Amino acid sequence: MISLYRRRRLLNYFQMTVSVLVTALGIFVLASILWTLIGYGFEGLSLKMFTAMTPPPGNSGGVLNAIAGSIVLTALGIVIGAPIGVLAGTYLAEYSERGKIAEATRFINDILLSAPSILIGLFVYEVAVVPSRHFSAWAGAIALALIAIPVIVRTSEDMLRLVPNDLREAATALGAPRWKMITQVSYRAARAGILTGILLALARIAGETAPLLFTVLNNQFWSSNLDAPMANLPVVIFQFALSPYADWQQLAWASALLVTVTILGLNIFVRLTLGKRDKRS
Amino acid sequence: MSEIPAPEASPQGGNAIELKAPTARIEAGDAAARPASKIEVRGLKFYYNQSIALRSIDMSIYDRRVTALIGPSGCGKSTFLRTLNRIYELYPHMRAEGEVILDGENILGPSVDLNRLRARVGMVFQRPTPFPMSIHDNIAFGIRLYERLSAVEMDERVEWALTKAALWGEVKDKLRASGLSLSGGQQQRLCIARAIALNPEVVLLDEPASALDPISTQRIEELIKELREDYTVVIVTHNLQQAARVADYTALMYLGELVEFDDTETIFTRPKKKQTEDYVTGRFG
Repeated sequence: MISLYRRRRLLNYFQMTVSVLVTALGIFVLASILWTLIGYGFEGLSLKMFTAMTPPPGNSGGVLNAIAGSIVLTALGIVIGAPIGVLAGTYLAEYSERGKIAEATRFINDILLSAPSILIGLFVYEVAVVPSRHFSAWAGAIALALIAIPVIVRTSEDMLRLVPNDLREAATALGAPRWKMITQVSYRAARAGILTGILLALARIAGETAPLLFTVLNNQFWSSNLDAPMANLPVVIFQFALSPYADWQQLAWASALLVTVTILGLNIFVRLTLGKRDKRS
Repeated sequence: MSEIPAPEASPQGGNAIELKAPTARIEAGDAAARPASKIEVRGLKFYYNQSIALRSIDMSIYDRRVTALIGPSGCGKSTFLRTLNRIYELYPHMRAEGEVILDGENILGPSVDLNRLRARVGMVFQRPTPFPMSIHDNIAFGIRLYERLSAVEMDERVEWALTKAALWGEVKDKLRASGLSLSGGQQQRLCIARAIALNPEVVLLDEPASALDPISTQRIEELIKELREDYTVVIVTHNLQQAARVADYTALMYLGELVEFDDTETIFTRPKKKQTEDYVTGRFG
């Protein structure tokens, strides 16, 4: 009796120690990435980085055009992806929980969710870049949207499923047609969760490189033409980090830091604001 | 089976003359005291997939009276309530057969406008279900579905509904606050206010006080007694004392059948069936 209890307690300590160690290892890896990034990237941060365009070989410069391009591409990706993702999630959660189409959609969505992003890039290359015979910001935005959609579908569906059926019944019992019930009650109840999903998808696509390589490529100059290649931070980081020039590499480190801090900030913002609002309601 | 013999359903559905028939037949003695029937249920059967939950219910629900449905868990009383506004239609595997005649029209018929039906037959659920919006908007939500009101008219209607639900005094200074910020008892009265704001004819209450503390329960019960002035009320309750306190008529259900239906006093003091006597005295269920 006593020995059994002691054994169980020892086992408990053992299990807890292992869990804590593994967790610490995970956090340590993440922290060291951030630390390295800060170590190499911080000294590269300068005003020039935010005011000058990407330099030609042999010159120094900034990444203003890439920052602007990344903002445009990410925003476009979300603007295309969010409505599709939310509506598909709505269909799965509200209209067809167990239908054959829903099951198929859910299965394909799960595959898309884990598809290598380079495949998405190749796909968009085939359907958008090849027919138009040139790289373009549109193609890049479509590729980013395709990466964002499965994330948003999944979170939207999950969040709508968390809305208690009692609320749906209550709205229906007042004589509300289904679309009113969904738009005014379900969406409202799941708003924080759905927005969180969209913002997390945004954070996800803000750092994607592979799909952009095949679609927007890069642009050394300022470009506001959506039908032409556009500069963007991930591809600039990729190209500059591979370059032989020390100041380009420095710029790549600083850009990587910028992207990471922005995404980190976005995540923290989402957790602080939307998470809190969720708890209060 | 049912204590009330059902009249033969006429092809045209119910009409006023026919509706008087069952009441006259059950209790010839005080038939004159019986009010007009609001809802006539005939041969109502209900299925969850293939399994049957209601086995041919026949029953009258009287106009501007409180009718309580009692019975052990799983006896079908909530199911019965949920056929009266066809809320079960939300779930594809549920289906009802038979007739539920509301003011002469069979509401189980295929041509019934479900949204209009639900505006006429309001419902309040076991757990309070305030919408995630302000107290004002909780009430206005249902009204906006059917009426275009100016802001002033809407405010008046919201005040009227909240007053009717005995909640106005507690919330009049915070109508813009979230409905979720209220206590459980207040939330339930908000839900009642929301239902009566549409001016329904029938109000269905599905164990409206079972998640509330005794004081809130008492307030809800007082409210139910007031509601019968204007509305036909049907309440499902697990609490026999509650049925005895608030209901004019009481129906005991068991295993999907109506065991006995009569005025509340008769059910609780001199029921005709042994099963009813056993149930109300706590010997089974």
